[in-house]
Amino acid sequence: MSEKTIICRCEDLSVEEIRDWIDKGYRSFDEIKRISRIGMGACQGRTCRRHLVMELARASGKDPSEIDLATFRPPTKPINFGAIAGVDQDA
Amino acid sequence: MRKTADVVIIGGGSLGCSTAYNLARFGVDKIVVLEKGYICGGSTGRCAAGIRQQWGTEMNCLISRYSIKHFEVMNEELAYDGDVEFIQNGYMMVTYSDAEAAMLKNNLILHKKLGIPVQFLSIEDVKEIVPAINTERIVASTICMEDGQANPFKVTDAYFRAAERMGVEFNTYTEVTGFQVQGGRIEKVITNQGEISAPVVINATGPYAKFISQMLGHELPVEPERHQIVVTEPLEPFLKPMLVNFHHKTYCQQVVNGSMLIGFGDADEPKGINYNCSWQFLKNLSEKIIEQIPIMKNVNIIRQWAGHYGISPDGQPVLGPVPEVEGYFLALGCGKGFMLSPMIGELIAQCVTGRETTLPIDILSIDRFKKGELIVEPAVV
Repeated sequence: MSEKTIICRCEDLSVEEIRDWIDKGYRSFDEIKRISRIGMGACQGRTCRRHLVMELARASGKDPSEIDLATFRPPTKPINFGAIAGVDQDA
Repeated sequence: MRKTADVVIIGGGSLGCSTAYNLARFGVDKIVVLEKGYICGGSTGRCAAGIRQQWGTEMNCLISRYSIKHFEVMNEELAYDGDVEFIQNGYMMVTYSDAEAAMLKNNLILHKKLGIPVQFLSIEDVKEIVPAINTERIVASTICMEDGQANPFKVTDAYFRAAERMGVEFNTYTEVTGFQVQGGRIEKVITNQGEISAPVVINATGPYAKFISQMLGHELPVEPERHQIVVTEPLEPFLKPMLVNFHHKTYCQQVVNGSMLIGFGDADEPKGINYNCSWQFLKNLSEKIIEQIPIMKNVNIIRQWAGHYGISPDGQPVLGPVPEVEGYFLALGCGKGFMLSPMIGELIAQCVTGRETTLPIDILSIDRFKKGELIVEPAVV
């Protein structure tokens, strides 16, 4: 993995960018999520979550199991307004 | 953490950080901010990011007018190495009833008086600005192209960094648990990380404000009201202005990356802190938004969350000293904290340092509720 490796594909964020935020003092999953948008895209962090946890663990010297994750929020996967409102959607 | 300070600010949202920055700018030496979570982890970080001047009371209009002047030059003013992403794409207000239309007309008279460039739109105008909108039930609509949006995380970060550079001490994960009061005057703030002596304490905790006041034996009539918001997948730009619908009580805007942010609060829900998401909201919101913008039925929802407004009895901010407790000040935007944060921070800093305030904030003092001098804001959603 190089510094340029993209770890959040939805928001187009590289390892280097995440390390920069950590160096600037953002030390929790939630803080980095809010300032960088990591994990806020369509996949809701399914790929980047574990990478960010590893980076935070490395920076803090903690075990990855000690890193708090961001809240898991509904919906579990993307669903359109029409399906929820019970109206026909366009194909 | 310092043991003594000149001013302690409780709350590390946009308003607390702006107040800290402005106090530092006025030369206050020892400023300490106490935040129970992390910077921007409360209501600012959960808001819908809109910034508007189209209010129905003179003070709401004026504070937002001055705030927009700050947003326009914020990157430079705060020497921010990022971008607060302030965009002036306007706010479009839409009503479905004659009563609401009359309110918009009244507001427009006030806006004209204060020099806020608001105009009435014909149905054709509405269609032209947002072709995707369903105009069937629209009775009246106004727009102000100076209104817009900014990135709440970046705005707070900009104030936080500017304040920190000027020597403000920020203590995160530091929760206020009580106070020491002697002869009606604040002496100490007690936190889970230790105590700090300070003659001046500013409450900038938004919907949590009443709980801080309770620790001082002070009743504050500002209640937390849950609002929920969804964000969608990014779309091609199609909705320039923030769309506020007074019938549905919804706000809807397309943000910089193309996602739609849409939300509302249920005023009939019991007041209190509640960060849970509800499926009822999702169902109601889906119906409300499809009625307004039919093509939304095909759009995917990515995430849903909850935050709070601090609801004051008249929908206006609560600012300035609390007479019952010497040294205790309120800096509460009351549902408008983010959008008013630049100017409220300045006004409170002026007030605390004994300067003349740019606007007459005594109109918005806590005393007005006791005296019954309420000026009710009609244009809240």
